[in-house]
Order: sequence, then C-alpha cells, then structure tokens
Amino acid sequence: MIEVSDLHKAFGAVKAVDGVSFSARDGEITGLLGPNGAGKTTALRMLYTLMAPDRGQVLVDGIDAARDPLGVRRRLGVLPDARGLYKRLTASENIDYFARLHGMSEALLTTRRATLIEALGMADIANRRTEGFSQGQRVKTAIARALVHDPHNVILDEPTNGLDVMATRALRQFMAGLKAEGRCVLFSSHIMQEVAALCDRIVVIARGRVVADDTPQALLARTGTNTLEDAFVSLIGSDEGLAA
Amino acid sequence: MTTEPPQPPRSRAFLTVFLKEVRENLRDRRTLISAFLTGPLLGPLLLVMLLNITLTRELDKAEKPLPVPVIGAEYAPNLIAALKAGGVVPKPPLADPERAVRRQDADVVLRIDADYGNAWRAGEPVQVALIYDSSQRDASTAVARVTRLLENYARQQGAMRLLARGLSPNTAWPLKVARRDQATPQSRAVLMFAMLPYFFVITIFMGGMYLAIDLTAGERERQSLEPLFANPVPRWKILAGKLAAISAFSTVSLLITLLAFAAVGRFIPAAKLGMELDLGLHFASFVLLLMLPLVLLLSALQSMVAAFAKSYREAQTYLSLLMLVPIIPSLVLAILPIKPQPWMYAVPLLGQNLGIMQLLRGDGISALQLGLCLGGSLAAAVIAVWVTVQLYRSERLAISA
Repeated sequence: MIEVSDLHKAFGAVKAVDGVSFSARDGEITGLLGPNGAGKTTALRMLYTLMAPDRGQVLVDGIDAARDPLGVRRRLGVLPDARGLYKRLTASENIDYFARLHGMSEALLTTRRATLIEALGMADIANRRTEGFSQGQRVKTAIARALVHDPHNVILDEPTNGLDVMATRALRQFMAGLKAEGRCVLFSSHIMQEVAALCDRIVVIARGRVVADDTPQALLARTGTNTLEDAFVSLIGSDEGLAA
Repeated sequence: MTTEPPQPPRSRAFLTVFLKEVRENLRDRRTLISAFLTGPLLGPLLLVMLLNITLTRELDKAEKPLPVPVIGAEYAPNLIAALKAGGVVPKPPLADPERAVRRQDADVVLRIDADYGNAWRAGEPVQVALIYDSSQRDASTAVARVTRLLENYARQQGAMRLLARGLSPNTAWPLKVARRDQATPQSRAVLMFAMLPYFFVITIFMGGMYLAIDLTAGERERQSLEPLFANPVPRWKILAGKLAAISAFSTVSLLITLLAFAAVGRFIPAAKLGMELDLGLHFASFVLLLMLPLVLLLSALQSMVAAFAKSYREAQTYLSLLMLVPIIPSLVLAILPIKPQPWMYAVPLLGQNLGIMQLLRGDGISALQLGLCLGGSLAAAVIAVWVTVQLYRSERLAISA
C-alpha cells in the first residue's frame, strides 16, 4: 500500500510536482499516466526516497518515507527510469549484488534468483555478462534485480520503454502475476493502450498535478467519452506528449 | 506471501559493495594494466634506464682511452707524451675543427701553434687552444679531463723551472684549497633520487584512478547509481565500500612498485659512483607506512573530483590535472634547498617527500616527524572523506540526465 499526499517538488522556478495525492492499493495495478514531462518520474523518485519532497508525505505500508527512508526502501522494489547494469558482471551477479545489499542470506538469495529467472524467462542470459544485452534483456535483468528481495510494493517507471512487442507482452503478463500475488503495483507510462489494458486504477498527471484518479470505467463515464483515448485528451486538455 | 524484510547486518553492506567493486574492476583490462603494470612499473624502469645510461657513460669517460684530434702535435712532443700518459689518444688533425666539434664528430680538439717550440725554449708563456662546444653536455667530461691533464703538465713544468732557478715551487702557489666533502655515499644518491617520492604518489594515483572514475562518474553515466541508491543502504556505507576498493587497488599498486624498486635497486651500479642505495625491505616498509594515510586521502580526493564530472571523459580530464598537483613538493624540494621545519612534516605530500628523502639519505625519521607526517595526512584524509560524503548525499548526484 502506497499513500501519497500533497507532494510538492520544485527545481528552481520550475514546479515539477505541484500537489500530487493518490493511493496505490494492494492486489491492484495502479497506472500513473501523463504526457512526457508531466512530473511522473519526479513523483516516483520521491516515493523511493531518492529525492526529498519540498512538502507533503509519502507512506509505504504505513511507514513515513521522511522518517524511515531505509524502512520504505526495504518494502519497495524499484525499476527506476535509469536502469543501468554493471556490464562486467553477469545478469546473475547483478541480481546477487542487490540481494546482498538487501541483507538476504545466500540460501534465500539462490531460491529467489532462480524463481525470478524462471518467471522472467531469462535462463539463457543469466550467466552471461550484461555487456551487449538487448534492451529487453536489460529490462528483464533490471526487474529481477529490483524484485529479488520479494518486495510487497513494486514501482516501475516506464517499464515498457524501448521494448519490442513480444517483450512488452511478456512484461504485462509478469505484472499481472505480481497483482495476482497480492502485491501493490504502481507503474508510470505515457502509453494509453498499456494503461488501459492493465490498470485497476488510473491516476492522470499533467503539469505536476493530478487531474483524475479513478477506475477506467469511471473515467469514461465522467468525461462522457466512448474511448479512454478521448477521455485522456479531455482530461489533459491536449494529446501532446501521449502515445496511443 | 511476502515475508517481513530482513534487517541487514550492519557490516555486510560495506563488504558487499567492496567485494563487488573489486570483482568488477578485476575484470577490466584497462584498470588492471594501469593499476598493476604501467603505474607501478613505469617509475622503476625509467629510473633504472636513466641511471644506467648516465652512470655508465660517465664512468666510461673517466677510465677509457680518450681520442682527441691534435693539430700541430709535432711542435710539442713532450706535451703529447704527457697527455698520452693520461689516457689521451692523439688523432690526426682535422681540416675544420670548429665544425667537427659542432657536429659532434669530436668532443674536443687540441690546437698547438707552430711557434710553440720557440716560445717554450725562450721561457715565454705559450698558448694551446681547446676547441669544444659547451652546449654538448656529452663533451663536458672529455673537456674537463683534457683541461686537467694540460694544467697538471703546466704546473709540473713550472715547478721544474723554479727548481732550476733555485726557488721552491711553493713560492708560486701561496694558497692551496683543500676540499672536505661531507656528503656520505648515501646522501650523494639523494640528488639522483629526488623524484622518487613523486613516483610513489603517481603509482597510488594510477592504481585508484580508473576505479574512482568508474565508481562515481562512470556509475552515473551508465545510469546505475539511481537503482543502487534505491537499496536500503545508507549512502555513506556505499561510499565507504567504494573508497575501500579504491584504496585497496592503490595499496596493491604501491606494493608492486616498492617490490620493483627493491629488485631494481640491485641493478643500479650505485657503488661505482661512491653512492649507497638502500631500497630494500626496511625502506619499503617505512614508505608504505608513510603513504597509507595518503592512499585514503587520494582516493577520497579522486572520488570527489570525479563526482563533479558529468561524464567519464570529463572525470578523466579533471583527474589528469589533479595528478599534476603532487609533483609540486617534489619540484620545490629539488629546486629550492630548504631546511625542513617541523610543521612541514604535517603537510600531506610534503611530509612524505621529506620523510622519504631522509630515508634515502640514511638519516632515519624521528618519532615526532613520523607522527606529524601520519597525523597531518590522516587529518586531511578525514576531511576529504567527510566532504565526499556530503557530496554523495546531494540529490543531484544520483540523477543521470
């Protein structure tokens, strides 16, 4: 469970996040939709405590991010916008590094790694050095590394960015699996199709503010439109920066 | 479904970061070559080559037969005989001695005028000319040697003339200079080894440089710093692990170079020049002790500078500039003959420099000097680490774009 209330963050004169509040519930997939530059990444960065908000509160499973950032990070699995791997380490070694930073025992690490390699279908690349990996192989490794400690809450920043159709489909199935396991899944996207296909709840962000926070059906009803695409355009005021 | 997240044991994050950095960098050929090959071995190799070339050349010239073209040798057979006794081999005259000297065909040419014999017999002063080019450093030994032989001959002949007139030769030499050189065989070696401390510093620098770049600027450039900081580990612990990895590589580089100098010290023909050189175990262990705080200081400084850079390449440029800083104390001490004051030992780099030179001179280091040197550098290292930690806490550090 992730609860965000009244988040603010400014870089100089630019208000990147200007009063964002929403919740992401357990056993649901919550989509953060907004055009490029709407403030999605900045909002997520405050969630996983990379940045401190100028104002507002972040609660993860009831833990205040400002008071106990390490406690929050322990409960989060994060795929940030930046997903660089260590190219001189193998995929497995990349995963192990993060597992050990989480303080996992070697025995637990081994089983969790095996589970994730199986679930993400990356057995063929597990023992290869990550130098020269394709975009899809990189994302798989980064996700395995982010989820190795079996986090209850999962944050994915634009997870399908740069993936081909097959990889995108596999990733969506994987996210559905996380939801089925009862986890709280929060992901950002600027692709409407993806959000529409996956989300139980959609939080629409534009210019640093939340302009809508509802189920896909309720959004359609509220805007009086037939398709989600029309609903988003009506909410955001333009279709600039969105992809179908 | 999900278990309660385990509390990580305190020391493990540090060790995890350290081991990962070491493993990753051991797989990088460029880092390995710089840290364990070129960095530590360049200094000893350069020194040995330079010393061997200079020493053998000087020694050769002092002992070997010296060929000297002589113009007008037939006018002064006695003088030529005296020169021959001193090891000079007279050669046939040259048509254009000035040009030959400038073109380094000959180091020095001796010219005796045709009226030498007449003037000599009349008891008048005679002149002989040495033609040489003082801008040819190579020739100076030969010139000095011929000059000395000529002057000895002149003095000897002068003394004999005085004796023939019933005077003591001492009347012509009212003053004699006695030289009492207080240099020990070891202190003579110091002049040649003034740059040795700089080699050690450079080695430490090269050993850690690629790691320092990779651990901050490199990690940011390949966008892995943000995921790393999403882990439940305080940033200062991550930094501590990284600094430890840089220091470990630097220390190994230093050890390799010390071993290399110890091995190579045996091949330096120091004794032939009346020098004594101890680059052995005693010397090595003292240098290691003096340098340890500097290892930490330099790894923090390198990480700090690299953290300011936006890219790998930029960091490389900054660090090459930083590498020039340690040359300053070595240069100052080589050019300005200053008498060391106690406070100087507390200045990082300068203190190490003075200490190493004292070890080379065979003077040893007093406990106070050692304490000042270690304490001063350690204090500077602590400050540098603290500043780097502050830098590491900034929000902007992690963000790649």
